[in-house]
Amino acid sequence: MPRPVQYNIKDKPLETPIGVVTGPEGFSGEGFFATKLSDVVGLARKNSIWPLPFATSCCGIEFMALMASHYDLARFGSERVSFSPRQCDLLMVMGTIAKKMAPVVKQVYLQMAEPRWVLAMGACASSGGIFDSYSVLQGIDQIIPVDVYVPGCPPRPEAVLDGFIKVQDLVGKESLRRRHSEQYNDLMNSYGIK
Amino acid sequence: MSLTNDIIKQHLTEKFGAEVYDWSEPYSMLTFTSKKDLNLKVLQFLYDEPSLQFRFLTDLCAVHYPEKKGEEIAVVYHLHNLVDNIRIRYKVFTDAAKPDVYSATALYASANWMERETYDFYGVNFIGHPNLKRILNADEMDYFPMLKQYPLEEQSRIDKDDEMFGRD
Repeated sequence: MPRPVQYNIKDKPLETPIGVVTGPEGFSGEGFFATKLSDVVGLARKNSIWPLPFATSCCGIEFMALMASHYDLARFGSERVSFSPRQCDLLMVMGTIAKKMAPVVKQVYLQMAEPRWVLAMGACASSGGIFDSYSVLQGIDQIIPVDVYVPGCPPRPEAVLDGFIKVQDLVGKESLRRRHSEQYNDLMNSYGIK
Repeated sequence: MSLTNDIIKQHLTEKFGAEVYDWSEPYSMLTFTSKKDLNLKVLQFLYDEPSLQFRFLTDLCAVHYPEKKGEEIAVVYHLHNLVDNIRIRYKVFTDAAKPDVYSATALYASANWMERETYDFYGVNFIGHPNLKRILNADEMDYFPMLKQYPLEEQSRIDKDDEMFGRD
């Protein structure tokens, strides 16, 4: 006799209908669509971000949950997690960065090609967290510029997803000339990065 | 008959007399002190003496007592007799202004890294150490962070409001 199915037997309606990503604004007509190049590039970039996980402690464990099937970062076009900085777009720093580790983080950031983004996950990477101590870097923004901070100790995967969506937002809306702007150069110079 | 604290103490007083002092047995672990110049002689004796055979250096560390003028820094050796399974603790005290202590690396190879660590955190200058440089902290660090005159908290941090921590 087959066992009765007990779980997930009710049909649950979707809270919001699943749709595809809408295209950028533009003019369309019979057989053509015209829009800004920056919008198309932004759309392509933001849905294929390659993250570089720099995990040093418990936030890294939470990141593994994020990458696994339940939370599934791959839904956002980021299944290609790579440990090779030269091919990556997003540096995800997760965990306590000791002062001795700081040059390594900076080196990894320098090896990444522009355009590059940084996400600081958790209290330690964002501010030093509870490790207010002589040996711990008080936030990675002391050595590299950070785009998005995710608070929490450690943050839940949903929080990181939210941070990731914020990164996608930044990536999608970034002007193609931003990395050549004076303001950006000043920012890099303030970190001693040329 | 197996080795006891009384026998160890008897051997040491026979050899060194009043040069070893401050005997105590916290949690039944024999603890004693000597002048710092004597540290290698005492360690060598504990190592060589056939009935003692303290041939394993479990731990080597330092303690900072800022209120003890002239002997602010204690260097503590934890020794283990693996035959009779007995541990002892041996301390020497040194002046923080001139923290020179003879290195035990010739006797115990394991003292090498432990002395580097002790130097790294307390600035104890181990005379005769083959490679006395920082081991855990960043090389460019210019102070010894475990000395009590240095605050525990990172001083570069500006976002901490003392009022929130119940401080003035």
